[in-house]
Amino acid sequence: MNCRSEALEVSVEGRQVDEAMLALLHTILLHRSTGKFHYKKEGTYSIGTVGTQDIDCDFIDFSFVRVSSDELDRAIRKAVGEFKDAMGNGMDGMGQISLEFYQKKKSRWPFSDECIPWEVWSIKVNVVNLANEQERQICREKVGEKLGEKVINIVEVINRHEYLPKMPTQSEVDNVFDTSLKDVQPYLYKITFQITDTLGTSVSTTMRRLIKDTLAL
Amino acid sequence: MDSDLSPQDKKDLDKFIKFFALKTVQVIVQARLGEKVCTRSLSSPTGSDWFNLAIKDIPEVTHESKKALAGQLPGIERSMCVEISLKTSEGDSMELETWCLEMNEKCDKDIKVSYTVYNRMSLLLKSLLAITRVTPAYKLSRKQGHDYVILYRIYFGEVQLTGLGEGFQTVRVGVVGTPIGTITLSCAYRTNLAFMSTRAPGEDEGAYNGVEDSQEVCTTSFSTSPPSQMGVPGKEGGVPQQVPVQPCHGAQAEHRRVSSCPPADHVPATPSTKHPTSSRSVGVKSGSPCGVLETTFTRKVGAFVNKPGTQVTTASLDLPFAAFAPRAYDLEENDPMVQPPESSATSSPLQGSLHSQGSGESGGPAQDDFVMVDFKPAFSKDDLLPMDLGTFYREFQNPPQLTSLTIDVSSQSMAEDLDSLPEKLAVYEKNIDEFDAFVDTLQ
Repeated sequence: MNCRSEALEVSVEGRQVDEAMLALLHTILLHRSTGKFHYKKEGTYSIGTVGTQDIDCDFIDFSFVRVSSDELDRAIRKAVGEFKDAMGNGMDGMGQISLEFYQKKKSRWPFSDECIPWEVWSIKVNVVNLANEQERQICREKVGEKLGEKVINIVEVINRHEYLPKMPTQSEVDNVFDTSLKDVQPYLYKITFQITDTLGTSVSTTMRRLIKDTLAL
Repeated sequence: MDSDLSPQDKKDLDKFIKFFALKTVQVIVQARLGEKVCTRSLSSPTGSDWFNLAIKDIPEVTHESKKALAGQLPGIERSMCVEISLKTSEGDSMELETWCLEMNEKCDKDIKVSYTVYNRMSLLLKSLLAITRVTPAYKLSRKQGHDYVILYRIYFGEVQLTGLGEGFQTVRVGVVGTPIGTITLSCAYRTNLAFMSTRAPGEDEGAYNGVEDSQEVCTTSFSTSPPSQMGVPGKEGGVPQQVPVQPCHGAQAEHRRVSSCPPADHVPATPSTKHPTSSRSVGVKSGSPCGVLETTFTRKVGAFVNKPGTQVTTASLDLPFAAFAPRAYDLEENDPMVQPPESSATSSPLQGSLHSQGSGESGGPAQDDFVMVDFKPAFSKDDLLPMDLGTFYREFQNPPQLTSLTIDVSSQSMAEDLDSLPEKLAVYEKNIDEFDAFVDTLQ
């Protein structure tokens, strides 16, 4: 099975990084989260209800919808915060944050469980520094429009209705969904990032991860 | 060819399509009410949340949707459309977007109705939630208030896009294949926001400013809008956007109340002249639709305003910017430096809010025994320059009246001014070399 890979790219000002990333990641997760599953004895299940809320950005002329789940929001904010710290403050730079949806495949001892991605969203971020308030104001509006276009792109991809993991049985649900949250159930996901400094050399956590994965086998 | 579909599946599918249509309309209308939507996630299903999504049902909207459907379902060549339009308090209106729920003949026979179709409809509603915040009408709807309101109209049958002006854009929200056809949801939105009004183009802004004039008195008290908001109206081509995101809280609460009140209290829809055959409903924002069209409106009094506002009628707005012109009964013995004429309170939200900070001296027009309070702006040093910040504020808060605004018989009329323009232009063209030399010295 091939992993579906989608790339998005945005150029933002330093203080817009958080909100831009939150907007896009939450939009994707809105589509990739369901209500909590409640399995019944006959093998059927019922699904909880997903609430939504509007979020207005402070530094961008943009509003987006996210799942009403503080736990999920905290997890995403934490990841975005780490990404922003890694990008550094006040410096021009490029980075990429990836949201990967995967399934776990149980392997026999001594091998650890495999994580098989089925959809990867890569968001390339280009951070610019602006000289004056007028440029910042124009940037607010422009980035807002760009994010709108990205949301339309995301929706387009999702509505192609390509591969989605089969709905799991009760014993398999943890291999497909993240069941640790109290109120919603997103597909299993992980967020990683890599930073490119202005010279273009790659200082990446991905390299480290690759090595780790290879050694883990 | 429904023969492959079991009766139970057919029944389920019809039910799904019906509720999908109703929920679609709810999402669209709620996204245009001007408020942030927030619903809670519930880990245990209540059994009443269709498509596993918490979407509230506003009774009036459901009622209008069912009225438009009239017992039918969206199907092939039977589209369900939600038209969103903007209506100013002057009575001008403009269609902003049309959301279309259509069905085409492409069938997906193998798809499981109770499972896949249902889940895909849920996904499509999520996409709709996301896309409704992205089209231009969302920002307009968040800023609606006294100057304009957003209205919706639901109709069934053929899609009508002619009211969207030239160059409208279309965005596809998504599709769901079913055994009886493919459901598509899309939005066509206007890109040309220039207002079509009976007034001459040059006077449009003036008229809107006239409308805003009555609002600035209360909005300035609350205003924390950045100066950038002034630049936007030009972009929107005359659609007033100077009302900040937080307009009069009192008024907003009033509108909200109307939207949540039960149908019995709601004023019935005004008869429509445009589309007599389809059900028309006035947007939930206006308590009395007729009120929006009235030609007199009273200024609402905001916090810190001493004197209740005066009545402004559209009759007095014949001249462009006429509302800015000082009125005879308002002028008493005023020191223009300390007693600012009305017009200065309306020139910009930012200036107005500064105005309200000097509450001691700017308590509105016509105060006989005012006390001169030395206005010390925050962080100002009062010793350095002859022109300190406070003096600067005082001087420039009250600029002299524009000569063209004085309704003075002896002054030149606008028409005469315009006639003399070609002559003036000719003179300037002759001296163009002088001007170029001057510009060079500046560089």
